[in-house]
Amino acid sequence: MRTSAHLRIGDQPWVKWSLITLALSLVTLLLLVPLFAIFAQAFSGGLESYIANVTDRFTLHAIGLTLFVAALTVPINLVFGVFLAWLVTRFEFPGRKLLITLIDIPFAVSPVVAGLLYLLLYGSNGWIGSRLMDHDIQLMFSWPGILMVTVFVTCPFVARELIPLMQQQGKEEEEAGVTLGASGWQLFRRITLPNIQWALIYGVVLTNARAVGEFGAVSVVSGNIRGETNTLPLHVELLYQDYNVVGAFASSSLLAGIALLTLFVKSFVEWRQARQRHALNEEEI
Amino acid sequence: MSIRVENVSKRFGKFQALEPLSLEIPDGQLVGLLGPSGSGKTTLLRIIAGLESADTGRILFHGDDVTRVHVRDRRVGFVFQHYALFRHMTVAENIAFGLEVMPKVQRPNAKEIKKRVHDLLEMVQLGQLANRYPAQLSGGQKQRVALARALAMQPQVLLLDEPFGALDAKVRKDLRRWLRNLHDELHFTSVFVTHDQEEALELSDQVVVMSAGKIEQVDTPQTLYAQPDSRFVLGFLGHINVLQGDVNQGRLSQGDAWITLNGHPNAKAVECYFRPHEVKLQTQPSPTAHLPLKVSAVSLIGAEVRVELEADGWSSPEPWEVGISHAEYNAWQPMRGDRCYAVPEVGHLFSSDKTEPELIQWSQAQQSPVVGARSSVVSLFASA
Repeated sequence: MRTSAHLRIGDQPWVKWSLITLALSLVTLLLLVPLFAIFAQAFSGGLESYIANVTDRFTLHAIGLTLFVAALTVPINLVFGVFLAWLVTRFEFPGRKLLITLIDIPFAVSPVVAGLLYLLLYGSNGWIGSRLMDHDIQLMFSWPGILMVTVFVTCPFVARELIPLMQQQGKEEEEAGVTLGASGWQLFRRITLPNIQWALIYGVVLTNARAVGEFGAVSVVSGNIRGETNTLPLHVELLYQDYNVVGAFASSSLLAGIALLTLFVKSFVEWRQARQRHALNEEEI
Repeated sequence: MSIRVENVSKRFGKFQALEPLSLEIPDGQLVGLLGPSGSGKTTLLRIIAGLESADTGRILFHGDDVTRVHVRDRRVGFVFQHYALFRHMTVAENIAFGLEVMPKVQRPNAKEIKKRVHDLLEMVQLGQLANRYPAQLSGGQKQRVALARALAMQPQVLLLDEPFGALDAKVRKDLRRWLRNLHDELHFTSVFVTHDQEEALELSDQVVVMSAGKIEQVDTPQTLYAQPDSRFVLGFLGHINVLQGDVNQGRLSQGDAWITLNGHPNAKAVECYFRPHEVKLQTQPSPTAHLPLKVSAVSLIGAEVRVELEADGWSSPEPWEVGISHAEYNAWQPMRGDRCYAVPEVGHLFSSDKTEPELIQWSQAQQSPVVGARSSVVSLFASA
């Protein structure tokens, strides 16, 4: 028998090293170089020019609007996601399976299409929008419209994180709690929430990242009014179209910074979850 | 506190989990709901607790209608099959939970709660584990914590859903004995669900046998075993040996096998059930029974030797099982393939049109009449 027969599939050194090389070069080319380029371009005019670009009136407004929308989107989808996950994992009703599938629609639909739908429905000529116009309520081309599409695009994240976990944990602990006399709120606060808290934080981190970075749907409904309805991703595009490359990259660097921070928090939460699980497993042995 | 179930039924979609049924559980009794899976026993228990709502009927505690009372306010202790301990809380926190969620006016102060938890931990013999988390406990310990948690509210009704189902045989036996003692000490009314007939017969004051959403029989373990009401109950309480055939001129026969049934009218499709201990094995047939069998397996473990036999010259839906004493075994030394004859002392006869059995005894068994056989069953349980 030849010795090579003892090697498991994929154990040949050349397979291993060519895969590693391929993966590393792709990561470098597609992820690291562009990320580095953002910061290189942003600082190409020196630190002063960077600061000047970031503290530009319109950039500051875009940052403010982006954070404002994210700050509203996250709590809305937090509550919505928890309710939805609770509903589909704790109750049996006709259409439950369908609802679980429908939760994914925002993931499946292109954000631009979502934006257009909102525009058609809520725009001044739209089905609902025209009626709201009669009462002087304008949703599209102002921040409520941006908020609406952002909520739509990010609504599956929290629910998607919670549903498998809550399905796996079952409802027995809650039933035990209720036989012991706990009220609905006490059940949620003292039993459900501690069990889902890390998945919830994970969902919130993802929601926040997407809310800050959303471009497609927002660009359709915002109207791109500088200093009024311009979010940071839209602002980057505007600056770039103005041939202000340094400005565009300075704003991009802010988005990239938020992304890096998100990744860091996400890894931390994953590490905590893994440690918790690991600790429990270890104790069980 | 007595529990009364009146005309309760439950349907899950197209599945009729419970046919309308009624049940009376007297104050202070330990009652076992026994049945195969899907018989509706857990559904009935959850309806009594209030975790499930009945489609029809009423539940009464101590004569008061509690059908519309929320679980939270029914004040029953409920123990789940898989313990359902709060995984993020320590043992002591788990037990204290019920006390801590009480409205402020009723809630004992922190010192009182601590003392109650301590006493309960002593009672379930887990004092040294107060600060452990559920994941650090064994199955038996978890179940005791779950019991202590349920008892913290001092409920007058304790409901247990397959409380020992997930435990290994030895722990299960210990816990069973312990629960019986606890029940006798604290005098609550307990209802537990089990699919284990031995557990139900050993632990309960009354056994409720259920099948397909219906109650088959409610009786003390002694009566239940000695006088099963139906084929189902007889078949569910241990192995049974069956002779199916037609009755002709006072003889139930099929192939080479027959037994005498003096004075029985001619009938078709009659079944006679024999319990493993109600049958003797002999080398010769008796004048009243001719049941040729062939030994197919012998199991030596246990208080008696279990001999598995095949029908020889006739057919039986399942192999026969007969228990013989170790002394008999040593004298006879049966081997695989040996031929012998079964001689029943007592049989349970089911005619095709009746659901209740007719108790048959044969002449050679008359020295030890049925009453004697029953009292031997009673003594068996008294010693258990």
